[in-house]
Amino acid sequence: MKTSENVISVRHLTKRFGDFTAVDDLSLDVRKGEIFGFLGANGAGKTTAMRMLCGLSRPTSGSGTVAGFDIVRQPEDIKRHIGYMSQKFSLYGQLTVRENLTLFATIYGMPASDIRRKADEACRALGMDGVRDRPVRDLPLGWKQRLAFTAATLHTPDIVFLDEPTGGVDPATRRKFWEMIYRASSEGMTLFVTTHYLDEAEYCHRVSIMVDGRIRALDSPAGLKQQFRAATMDEVFRIVAQDARRT
Amino acid sequence: MNSLIDIRGLTKDYGRTTALREVTFSVPEGSIFGLIGPDGAGKTTLYRILATLLTPDRGTATVAGLDVAREFRQLRTLIGYMPERFSLYPDLTVDENLHFFASLFGVKVRDHFDLIAPIFSQLARFPNRRAGALSGGMKQKLALSCALIHRPRILLLDEPTTGVDAVSRSEFWGMLATLREKGITILVSTSYMDEAARCDRIALLHRGRILGIDTPTRLTARLGDPLYAASAGEMYPLLLALRGMPDVKDCYTFGATLHVVADEGFDPDGTETALRRQGLADVRIRPVEATIEDLFIKLAQHED
Amino acid sequence: MSIFRSLIRKEVLHLLRDPRTVTVVLVMPVVLLLLFGFAISTEVNGVRLLAVVGQHTDETHRLLERFRSNPCFTLEGIVAPHEADDLLRQGKADAVLVLRTDGGQLTHQVITDASNTNLAQTATAYIESVASGESSSPIVLHTLYNPQLKSAYQFVPGIMGMIFILICSMMTSVSIVSERESSTMDLLLVSPVRPRTIILGKLVPYFLLSCLLLGLMLTLSYTVLGLPFSPSALHVVWLSLLYIILALGLGMLVSTLVSTQVAALLVSGMLFMVPVIMLSGMIFPVENMPVALQGVSCLIPARWYISALRVLMIQQLPVRHILPQTAVLALMTLVVLTLAAKKFNLRK
Repeated sequence: MKTSENVISVRHLTKRFGDFTAVDDLSLDVRKGEIFGFLGANGAGKTTAMRMLCGLSRPTSGSGTVAGFDIVRQPEDIKRHIGYMSQKFSLYGQLTVRENLTLFATIYGMPASDIRRKADEACRALGMDGVRDRPVRDLPLGWKQRLAFTAATLHTPDIVFLDEPTGGVDPATRRKFWEMIYRASSEGMTLFVTTHYLDEAEYCHRVSIMVDGRIRALDSPAGLKQQFRAATMDEVFRIVAQDARRT
Repeated sequence: MNSLIDIRGLTKDYGRTTALREVTFSVPEGSIFGLIGPDGAGKTTLYRILATLLTPDRGTATVAGLDVAREFRQLRTLIGYMPERFSLYPDLTVDENLHFFASLFGVKVRDHFDLIAPIFSQLARFPNRRAGALSGGMKQKLALSCALIHRPRILLLDEPTTGVDAVSRSEFWGMLATLREKGITILVSTSYMDEAARCDRIALLHRGRILGIDTPTRLTARLGDPLYAASAGEMYPLLLALRGMPDVKDCYTFGATLHVVADEGFDPDGTETALRRQGLADVRIRPVEATIEDLFIKLAQHED
Repeated sequence: MSIFRSLIRKEVLHLLRDPRTVTVVLVMPVVLLLLFGFAISTEVNGVRLLAVVGQHTDETHRLLERFRSNPCFTLEGIVAPHEADDLLRQGKADAVLVLRTDGGQLTHQVITDASNTNLAQTATAYIESVASGESSSPIVLHTLYNPQLKSAYQFVPGIMGMIFILICSMMTSVSIVSERESSTMDLLLVSPVRPRTIILGKLVPYFLLSCLLLGLMLTLSYTVLGLPFSPSALHVVWLSLLYIILALGLGMLVSTLVSTQVAALLVSGMLFMVPVIMLSGMIFPVENMPVALQGVSCLIPARWYISALRVLMIQQLPVRHILPQTAVLALMTLVVLTLAAKKFNLRK
C-alpha cells in the first residue's frame, strides 16, 4: 500500500497526564475511503487518542500526519480538513436546519458562494426540504443525527471523526445513519468511528480495539474473528478487553 | 406467579407531546422484565411514575399492591431506583456516597452488605476515591450498590448500560441475574436490543406505545416473514441491489451481513445468481433466525 | 434525627470540597465593606478653587481669606478670566469663583467642572454656603446621626442588605438545582425522607454559613469601620437572622422555577442584585424616586432591611422604630417559605 493513500498515519503517539499514561505508543495507518472502527473499553484512552488526531491535544511524544498535516506543528490545518461529530455536541437547537448547516460550513471555512447552494442541496438530499426553516430542537433524534453528520461533512473533509454517533437511536434510524456512512465512504471520504454497538463494528472495513491505552487488536472484522476464533465482534471484544486493568 | 408491578392504561402527556399512551403490562415477582426502546420512547416517564416522582394523567399503576399515586409513602422503602444517569455525588467518596444513601433509608451499610458484596467488591479497593473520578463501569456499580443498600423488593433501572462498554455491560447483566436469584424483581430499560435476550419478559416501547410484550423467543417468532442473511465482497452495492429485487420486503444492515425480510415466494439461490450476474462477488444468502432487533424494525415501521 | 444529621453532613462535605466557593462567599463581603468604607468616598475634600476678581476690595479679600482657611478648599490662585477657563478645561482646577463688584454690591458666580457630577454639586453647595456667609446671615448646617458625614460605615446597611440576599439565594438555588441536574434530587425524593426534611437539610447548613458571615461583617463594622457599639447590635443580629431566612427561602423558590445551575445563578444575580442596588435605597434614596418606583421598592425585602438597619446602626434609635420594617419582613418570609415549600413538594 502506498503511503500517500494514508490519510491518517501516526507513529508512537503517547499522551501522559502527570504520571498517568492515557495513550501509550499508538501507531496507526488509516487509508483513504476507509471506515475505521475505533473501539475500546471505557477509560481505555479512545477520547484522548481521538483528540490528538483531531489536533485538539498535543501528544507528549510521537509524530504523524492527519490529512497530510503534521499533528504537532499544523493542528490548525488539520482542523480545517476534518469533520467532527459527537452525540453530545452536534447542533444548535434554537437555530433552523439551514442555519445550522450554514453556520458549520462557515466555521469550517467554506467559500461563502458555495455555502447556500450546498446547504440547499444537503436539505434536499436529507429529505428535509419541508423542515429546513424549523428549529432543530423540534426534530426527531434520528433526523438530528443525520443532520449533524451532514453539517460535519458539508465542506467535504478528508476525514470525519464520529464519536459514538448512534447512541440511543432506534435500530431503524441507526441503520439509515450507517447507510450515510457507507455512501460517504464510497465517495472517498474516510470515516473514523467510535461506538459501543458491536454490531456496528462489523460494518467497518477495519477495527482496532484499545485496552489500557494501547491498541491490542487491529484487523478487518473477519480477520479479527478468525484470529480470536470468535463468531461475532462482540465475542472478539470480550476476549480482548476482558483483562483491562484500568477501571 | 404473582405480578409485583401492575400497570393499566397508563397515559401521560407533556403539553402537546404524548409520553405514554395506554400502556398496560404486569411484571411477575422475581423476574427480570425489560423495557426495550430507543430514546424518546417514554421509558423514563414510565420509570418516574413508578418511582413516585410523577403522577399519571390517566390509568393506574400499583407496585406490590400499593398505588403509586396515592400510597407512595409506604411504597418508597420497597423500591430501589437508579435514574438514567448514574446519580451520585461526584465530590463525595465511594464510601461517603454509600453511607449517605443508606442513611436516607434509615439503614446501616453493614445491614444488607451481603446483597451488594459481589457488586461492590471491585469498588472496595478504593473507598476514598471521589465518585466523579470513577470510570463509567465503576460509577454504574456504585450507583447500583446505592440503589440496593436498603434491600428493596423492586429494582427500577433506567438505561443502566448506556455508554458502558460491552464487557461491563455483560458483567452487569450477570449481576442482575444474581439479584433475581435473591428474589429481587427487576424492571430494566435499554436501547441495546441485543440485551433483550437476557430478560425473562420484554415489552417493546416505541413513541409511548407498547408494540409487543412476551418472552424474547416468543416475540421474535412473531416476525412472520422469512428472514435471510446476505453477504458479499462489497456490502453497500449489495444493499442497493437487494432493495431492487423482487420479493424483498425490506433489506437492512445487520452486523457483518444484511438482513433480508422476504415474501414467501423469495428464491435465495435465484437471487444469488442474479446478483452475481450484476457483478457482485462472493454473494451468499442463507436463512437466519430473527432477533428482537428485526422485530423492532418491522413493528416500528408499521407504526410509521 | 440521624437522617437529618446525615443530610447536613453531606452538605458540609460539599462545602469543604469546594473551598473556592466558600472563600468567595466569605471574602467578597469583607472586600466590599472595606472598599465602600475606605476607598470609595463621597465626601468632597480639597476642592481646587480658582478665583477671578473684577475689582479687589476689602470685601473680596475677606471672602478669599475664608476660602483659604477652609480645609475643604485649596485656593490655587487668582487668575484672569480667560486663564480660568483654560485651567478648568485642562482639569487643573475643579471650580472657579468669579467675584464682581457692581455699584458697591459684591456678586459672585460659580463655574464648576461637572464631568464629575457628584463633586460639582457638592462643591457648588460648599462654595455657596461659604460665599453667601458674607452678604447674608450665615446658614447653620447641622447634620444629625452622621455628624462628620463620614462614610466609613454609612454603607454597612446597604452592603449587608445586598450580600445576604445575593449569597443566600445563590447558594441555595444553585445547590438544589445542581442536585436536580444530576438526578440525585430524585433519589432523595423517592427515599422515605420527607420533603420538609430534605428542605431543612439544605437550608440549615447555608443558614449556619450565613451566620458565620453575619458575625464576620458585624465584627468588621464595629471594629475596623468604627460603627459605634450600642445595645442595638443585638437587634441587628435577630433582624439579620430573619432576613437571612427570607433570602434562603427566595433561593429555594428560585430553584423551583429554573432547571439549570446557570439559570439559577442568573436569576438570583439579576433578579435580586439589580433591584437591590437600584431600588432598595442602598445608593439612591427611596424618597427621591418616582411614586411608581417607590411602590415597586416596597416589594423588595432589602429596602425594609436596609432601612431598619439604618435606624439601628446609624440613627441608633430604640427598637420600636423598626417595628413596621420587621413586620413587613416577617410577612414576606412567611409567604416566600410557604410558596417555596409548596412548589418544592409538587409531584407532576
